[in-house]
Amino acid sequence: MAKSRLKLRFSRKLLAIPYAVFLAIFVVIPLLIIVYYAFTDADGAFTWDNIRIFFSGSGGDSFFQTARFKTFVQSFFISLTSTLVCLLIAYPVAYIIANCKLKNKMGLLLLFIVPMWVNFVLRINALKELLDWIGIYNKPGWNIFNTVLGMVYDFLPFMIMPIYTTIIKIDKHYLEAAKDLGAPPAKAFLKVTLPLSKAGIMSGVSMVFLPSMTNYVVSNYMTYNHTKIVGSLIDDFFKNDLWNMGSVTALILLTLMFVITWVTGGFDAESEVNARGTTL
Amino acid sequence: METKKEKKSNHIIELVNVSKEFDGVTVVENINFYVRKGEFVTFLGPSGCGKTTTLRMIAGFEIPTSGKILLNGEDISVLPPNRRPVNTVFQKYALFPHLNVFENVAFGLKLKRVETTIVDKKGRTKIKYKKLPKEIIAEKVNKALEIVDLAGFEKRSISTLSGGQQQRIAIARAIVNEPEILLLDEPLGALDLKMRKEMQLELKAMHKRLGITFIYVTHDQEEALTMSDTIVVMSDGSIQQIGTPESIYNEPKNTFVADFIGESNIFTGVMPKDGQVRFCGKAFTCLDGGFEKDEPVDVVVRPEDVIITDPESGTLKGKVTSVVFKGIHYQILVQCGRYEIEIQSTSAPQVGEKVGLCVNPDGIHVMKKIFRVNKFSGVITKRNTVEFGDGEFECDVTQLYPGSHLDEEGYLITAKGEKLDLTDTEVNVEVGLHDITMSDNLDEGGARGNIISLIYKSEYYRYIVRTENEEDYVLACEDLWNENDLVSLSIPKDKIRLTLKIAEGTK
Repeated sequence: MAKSRLKLRFSRKLLAIPYAVFLAIFVVIPLLIIVYYAFTDADGAFTWDNIRIFFSGSGGDSFFQTARFKTFVQSFFISLTSTLVCLLIAYPVAYIIANCKLKNKMGLLLLFIVPMWVNFVLRINALKELLDWIGIYNKPGWNIFNTVLGMVYDFLPFMIMPIYTTIIKIDKHYLEAAKDLGAPPAKAFLKVTLPLSKAGIMSGVSMVFLPSMTNYVVSNYMTYNHTKIVGSLIDDFFKNDLWNMGSVTALILLTLMFVITWVTGGFDAESEVNARGTTL
Repeated sequence: METKKEKKSNHIIELVNVSKEFDGVTVVENINFYVRKGEFVTFLGPSGCGKTTTLRMIAGFEIPTSGKILLNGEDISVLPPNRRPVNTVFQKYALFPHLNVFENVAFGLKLKRVETTIVDKKGRTKIKYKKLPKEIIAEKVNKALEIVDLAGFEKRSISTLSGGQQQRIAIARAIVNEPEILLLDEPLGALDLKMRKEMQLELKAMHKRLGITFIYVTHDQEEALTMSDTIVVMSDGSIQQIGTPESIYNEPKNTFVADFIGESNIFTGVMPKDGQVRFCGKAFTCLDGGFEKDEPVDVVVRPEDVIITDPESGTLKGKVTSVVFKGIHYQILVQCGRYEIEIQSTSAPQVGEKVGLCVNPDGIHVMKKIFRVNKFSGVITKRNTVEFGDGEFECDVTQLYPGSHLDEEGYLITAKGEKLDLTDTEVNVEVGLHDITMSDNLDEGGARGNIISLIYKSEYYRYIVRTENEEDYVLACEDLWNENDLVSLSIPKDKIRLTLKIAEGTK
């Protein structure tokens, strides 16, 4: 008896080991390396210079006039727009699928998920060709639009899924209760369904907003390298052997993401349970 | 209870020929009743009897397939729930988890718009719909929370409340809107026994204080008897009886009601004449009458109405087989020949003792026997036919297992491919009244017997055919046969409904 209990305890602990090892090798150690490079100079000595340089202007310009800052702002704008557009498309889609009377809702949902099974570089390339054919590819004034389009195209399923899972889980009785208490359908939606699907929206937002800041493959392909986002900035630094600057940029982005996640309530235990665990 | 002189305006809600189907399945079948203003009405019935669907139709969540729902005389059948002056307390409360106690209770009030007449700059009067002022909402919410004894809980989040407290909040959220009718859908189902008893009394007191009409749904007969002014007993989508708790308990209309409300002994008997009924092989004096001569009837005797006497002076004689102490009384089982009779008494005989039993005339309730279907116990034979009711009939045994078929040797192959030998399988057999045909060719059918009764039922005659071994078949036929005719009975293969006996035990 005692033996079998011991065995069980062992097996549970053992199950955590691969994940812990993975986490250490691919998350913790790289993070430490980034921190190391961010706070050292070319000789490996500790310094605050990298951060100072990053936030200082150059050639008489203040920091707010540098290309770095403009990239950050542009990237932020692209992310925000992509997220909003994704949300505007995804919410109605998720809502309609969750509330339709069809038995095979998953099949309907798959229509939106299946494109993701095609390699995304291929998809982005295809989209690029399409834009080229229409005649707005690599045309002045269209770059931001094209980038946002690429991001939305790429990340839409990540917005639909968590929203769908929260909406489908909402007890129908809440809606009935709202109507019973005098709410017309639109009011019932605004006062019950929408707040109760907040966790899914937040999850979707973080799953779209954060990657849109860094996914420079999309911006590069969609604009013939003309539109820069934070991801491209980091890429440039590393490509030019400026590891320290690259690391600082990555660290600043990380901090920014952390703050955004915190502000949007991404660390709430409740939303964690409700939607962030959603898998595709 | 229906006096036609009563003014219609007193009926706050009335259901007229209301039916509801879901995907072709009738859940509520042509029900008619009304509720008086201020009444506490309970829909009582087993699960699946249509009581909740009826309530949901009153609330507006379901639209009747046919029929009308009248509120104060106006047809509201298709009015959406938000436009009905009715509020519901849901079975699982359905309190909004994203709102706190105050916001939950204030939900309805915040949506309310009050009609106000204002005079604009040009001196014209206009009607505007205004929101309730915040102070009034707060005042009303506080009052409602006081009524349910939860004053001071305004800021609490729903998840921190116990089941009983959530229940009270759900009630407060409904009554704060001052509905004309409060609908309660098994609101106490999730509470423990002690809590439930407390809440029953509280609800009853609340009903008195508020003067709102309550419509309550439950499957708990005790709850219904404790709280209601009127009970509507439902079964299979139709109303079995409407009446006060006393009348339903003391004068059940049929065996279903008798069986569902309280304990009862139910016998099959006949009435040779008014005031006399024969059951358990003996004649009893009773107060009922108005049946056809020798019409089969159901006889209900409450366990507390059976009197134990010494063996000589009892109408029935039997032997005590079991005595169980139940707190305020003993539950005693007495075997009288083929019949087992349940008795409740404050004094207990010994097990094995010979006793006499008698029943006072007012303790015997005679009711019309309702034949919906013929029910038999049967056995599957080697030839995949079924033996029941003193006969043998061809049947379709594959209906016992969905998706199965028979192979050439007569074994049943289930949907999963298992091979079964059904010989000697015990089954329940059901045959509809209209599915049995009589013939004077005695070799034709699966069973034969004599016609012992025929009643003209305006469209058809209802016959009872009794076989040699006293099995009765009830059937409907448009042609006239004579009493005592010897007939054979045949039933089409597809009209014999079979269910496995074991399945019944696991229900």
